[in-house]
Amino acid sequence: MAKRVGMEVAIAAAEAVGMCDIDVAAVYPITPQSHIAEHLSEIVADGRTDAEFVTVESEHSAISCVAGASGTGARVYTATSSQGLMLMHEILPIVSAMRLPVVMGIANRAVSGPLNILNDHSDIMPQRDNGWIAMFTENGQETVDLTIQSFKIAEHPDVMLPCCVNIDGFQLTHMVEPIEFPDQKLVNKFLPPRKPYATLHPDKPVSMGTFAMSDIFPEVMKAKDEALKNSKKIILGIWDEWEKMFGRRYRPVETYCADDADVILLTMGSMGETAEIGINELRKKGISAGLVKLRLWRPFPFEELKQAVKKAKILVVTDRAVSFGGPGGPVASEVRAALYGEKERPLIYNQIIGLGGRDMAVSDFVAMVEDAVKSGEKGIIKDYEFYGVRG
Amino acid sequence: MIEIRWHGRGGQGAVTSVEMLALAAIEEGKYAQGFPSFGPERRGAPVAAFNRVDDKQIKVRSGIYKPDVVVVLDPSLVALVNVTEGLKEGGTLIVNTVLSPEDVRERTKFKGTIATVDATHIAREELGVPITNTTMLGAVIKAVNPVKVESLNAPLKERFGRLAPRNMKALKRAHDELNLSTAA
Repeated sequence: MAKRVGMEVAIAAAEAVGMCDIDVAAVYPITPQSHIAEHLSEIVADGRTDAEFVTVESEHSAISCVAGASGTGARVYTATSSQGLMLMHEILPIVSAMRLPVVMGIANRAVSGPLNILNDHSDIMPQRDNGWIAMFTENGQETVDLTIQSFKIAEHPDVMLPCCVNIDGFQLTHMVEPIEFPDQKLVNKFLPPRKPYATLHPDKPVSMGTFAMSDIFPEVMKAKDEALKNSKKIILGIWDEWEKMFGRRYRPVETYCADDADVILLTMGSMGETAEIGINELRKKGISAGLVKLRLWRPFPFEELKQAVKKAKILVVTDRAVSFGGPGGPVASEVRAALYGEKERPLIYNQIIGLGGRDMAVSDFVAMVEDAVKSGEKGIIKDYEFYGVRG
Repeated sequence: MIEIRWHGRGGQGAVTSVEMLALAAIEEGKYAQGFPSFGPERRGAPVAAFNRVDDKQIKVRSGIYKPDVVVVLDPSLVALVNVTEGLKEGGTLIVNTVLSPEDVRERTKFKGTIATVDATHIAREELGVPITNTTMLGAVIKAVNPVKVESLNAPLKERFGRLAPRNMKALKRAHDELNLSTAA
């Protein structure tokens, strides 16, 4: 086993990108950027990877720049967060429609207003329907692993879709922790150079991103949906390959003590590890509790989720963003849709937690599950709550 | 697991302290976290930073509310900030100050172990600046032993380059000059 090294997770994300033989990175280098871009610029400047590092005047330009570069056949990367991601919003569905395998690291942060910048998922959720593969990491190790895997997934000839790696801002990006880096030679074997389907080149002109009227537009949308759904089996295959080469196993839905649990807590992102300790405490108290963690947000792992929660009587779904005036949090909305057709399904409680960096201690997860158990015993139906929020 | 909260002022390098300590622990094969109090940074304002060190993998990622150890980089903060908030009764308070541990006990009413060292004086002599973050690492090692002194060699070299030996000397002096008063 390789030696664990101590490193800030954002720096580690950049180091992982540096192992992937990228050709072009474009970033807007000012707030709300993270150390990912800063450190990647150092890696390029030091000649540790042979890439163009383009500092553009906005995130809108950053994503446009890497999209164009990807069209030429380059392996590309960008990183952003919060308002920066919101500014990219317009271009994101174009990237997926053009089937460009752009990889993006997102340091998930709240969006204004009020001005906040701390961690939650309100930046990524408005990007949900843009046709990108979206994965969430729980720690620094997963951040490194998923970043490297993302290039292989995005560029696979049966996928050819952009992929974003969601890394909780601050809670992960600003954390110094031990990480094991894979061997560069093995990474080279795992991730050979990109073989693009078509490239922009003056000697061999092609059109990309053309006009499409109503006679073909719906077909393009259907194709995008099918491509994203089909990407799951490719992702699973790539994760199997990763496990064989590097020993760490990744699944779309991870479980912890969930097989026999009556009550299951569901998290997505860095809070999963703290929640695990909460599950241990609940088990000590005699409560049959388990944890389900969503790693893959798009394509949504419907089957894996159904399997993971099929024996549970109560499911507490946590959300780090709000669909205002709607059904609560976006994760719970998806989970309810996934389970609607099941003959037996758990009572679902949705807790919106950790908005704008509000800390969640182990005791909060314990309290949340205990409260759900009490409500469940009385058969109380609740749509959603803002956990621990005043007013 | 040992949980440490560092108090400093923006610009005094509390974040560097937690990073150096985490790197040293990981260098030893232990598990560790080092993180700042999240949010905008303001030079001169009271700030905090945090460490967790353990022999086992650390899962918890919430803030630290009941630290085992509190380190105060700036003497003026004892009067300004409730530095002992949440500090475990049998815990350790380590302060950069000219005062004795007994004087600090009198002012803070803290009943656990108190350690003091004039890190500002040491830093001025060894580094030529009153920045005490690396100096106070020596005090922390002497008082609670989260890592070995030698384990700081590599992280200090990586961060400070040719200034690393001077930082190490300051660190060792704080280690040797620490005044310790065990639990009352």
